[in-house]
Amino acid sequence: MAGSGTAHLRDKDDVILRVQDLVMEFPAGKGQVVHAVSGISFDIAEGETLGLVGESGCGKSTTAKAVIQLPIPTSGSVLFEETELTGLSKEELRQTRPQLQMIFQDPIASLNPRRRVFDIVSEGLEVWGSGGGGEGSFAESRVEEIIRAVGLDPDQTRKRRPHEYSGGQCQRISVARALVLDPKIIICDEPVSALDVSVQAQVLNMLEDMKARYGLTLMFISHDLSVVKNISDRVAVMYLGKMCEIGDGDLLFANPAHPYTKVLLAAVPDPENQHANDGEVLAGELPSPIDPPTGCRFNTRCPHAQDICRTTEPQIEQVGDGDHWVACHFPLVS
Amino acid sequence: MAVNTPLLEVENFNVGFKTERGLAKAVDGVSFVLNRGETLGIVGESGSGKSVLNRGIMGLIASSRVVETGSVIFDGVQLANQDRQDLWGKRISMIFQDPMTSLNPVMKIGKQINEPIRKHLGFSKSQATERAIELLTSVGIPEPARRISQYPHEMSGGMRQRVMIAIAMSGEPEMMVADEPTTALDVTVQKYILDLLRQVQLDRGMAMTLITHDLGVARGRTDQIMVMYGGRIMEHAETEALFANMRHPYTEALLASIPRLAHAKHTRLSPIPGAPPDIVEPPPGCRFAPRCRYAQQQCITESPAVIDDNGHRYACFYPVGTDENAEALATNQARGETATGLKIGPAPSKTDNDGENG
Repeated sequence: MAGSGTAHLRDKDDVILRVQDLVMEFPAGKGQVVHAVSGISFDIAEGETLGLVGESGCGKSTTAKAVIQLPIPTSGSVLFEETELTGLSKEELRQTRPQLQMIFQDPIASLNPRRRVFDIVSEGLEVWGSGGGGEGSFAESRVEEIIRAVGLDPDQTRKRRPHEYSGGQCQRISVARALVLDPKIIICDEPVSALDVSVQAQVLNMLEDMKARYGLTLMFISHDLSVVKNISDRVAVMYLGKMCEIGDGDLLFANPAHPYTKVLLAAVPDPENQHANDGEVLAGELPSPIDPPTGCRFNTRCPHAQDICRTTEPQIEQVGDGDHWVACHFPLVS
Repeated sequence: MAVNTPLLEVENFNVGFKTERGLAKAVDGVSFVLNRGETLGIVGESGSGKSVLNRGIMGLIASSRVVETGSVIFDGVQLANQDRQDLWGKRISMIFQDPMTSLNPVMKIGKQINEPIRKHLGFSKSQATERAIELLTSVGIPEPARRISQYPHEMSGGMRQRVMIAIAMSGEPEMMVADEPTTALDVTVQKYILDLLRQVQLDRGMAMTLITHDLGVARGRTDQIMVMYGGRIMEHAETEALFANMRHPYTEALLASIPRLAHAKHTRLSPIPGAPPDIVEPPPGCRFAPRCRYAQQQCITESPAVIDDNGHRYACFYPVGTDENAEALATNQARGETATGLKIGPAPSKTDNDGENG
């Protein structure tokens, strides 16, 4: 696994975002380099939700940030609609950003504690010149409409600051703030990881509603496979900066083709997890991204590893005839 | 002490925090029994009192602003209002959620394990080091002889939590309190740590309380599960009995809100509407009534006592699976809302009870 290749990219008209051979490296001192993301490719069609899963350190958040050019990737292409984002000037990039919004894991820390919630939500419109105008203006009514859509009371948000809201409500505020700019894509980085299960369900349902109402495309990052399964159309599994497996969520979860996906699935604490007993325990520790293993990056921990896995990197190939792709020399299903 | 007495008996235990608004009753009249070698899962949302309950039992929150009442009998000895320090590490150990902040960042791993071994078991320095290496091996740490001279930051989160378990095991305690031991860890590491805890617990016949917000974590790794809400026990039963025959609406709602692997993508989730109760001024009747889709007038005015039905305990006037429960739901559906004014849909089926609160 942990392979490269672009066989899974789709040649469709409604692809809104295409990331190809994305590489993100960071200097680590003493001339060393952290290989955070090494040749990831994926695409998202309009109105689709792509779930990105993997353990800490697999590069899923780095990939998300690279899409919005924070920072600009080391190499590779990020094509948003017709625009190549990696080649844009600072100002051109700034003009594009309203269309690509992001929400983060810690709902409370991502809101300015000293400002009133209504002002936090409307700030984007002010920055973009469509704000101001006071009560009754277009901007004002749009902010009100969106605050209501995410399930909060606009009048209360005029008086209250973030600490007066619960974690789940703060995540609704973050979503509202992203929505006012009428984005095409929202990137959600672990948006429900800090929430209780009952509140998590509220926020996930709300995200689905917002997606339908405002015609959004979502990129959803999480380490929780059950959450990703629920919200995503397609799911991508990452390991140590590489893509392992990507495809239709139902197909991928029913018949994981990559040994790593299988290990991840077996570990899900779902009380009725059907994969619970058929996964091998992951041996060893995550290798360092400074000096990643050669060949398939998963070979040091893979129960099926052979010689070829240590020397040759697997390329992404189709599994069966559906939307299911894997980068593995010895896939569990073919 | 006689082996047939329970290890821990908690009776009508209360913990209150003095606040400006009044007493915040974080734990309210909790009673349970934990036998030797058994694991009790304590499950609930943030603020349900599960951590405070365990810290109260351990004697970790004594302060002039804390009001603790009730009885805690450990191995036949009353602990309430007693100093419990001589039990810590030796007879009862505790492991916490965050393995980074639980370890001393400027002390080598070996020394952190040696300290309790020398203190509790009276070992010499070299004996203690030998024991530390044994313990690290038993929790699956590779190259333990090298690891003991490392600092916590040189280890991954999962490795640090294994070190915490090794330290907690070092005094050979009779009981372990594990407070969300895997919440900060990746799923694969979580599975490893939970299986490891279950294994050492079974191998050594140690009793354990496993505190978690995740019913899935508790299943398969506990003998009994206690579900808490607003400081009170909602339901308490043997683990399999709880899943097979769920009685409390809160347990049912908690389980229904979890996304499932087996469900198709975009399956609508069933959140629990509303928010957890204010524990300074809790609802007078059942704490869960304002969020419960079965709530009737009785649930608002009267507080249900914990009923013991052949070892399956629950506190509800309209337990799930009974005729009363079905009637209550039908009544609420007919009028479109519960007795507490919670709006509910007219004809939700068992699998599609979408309690939305906007």
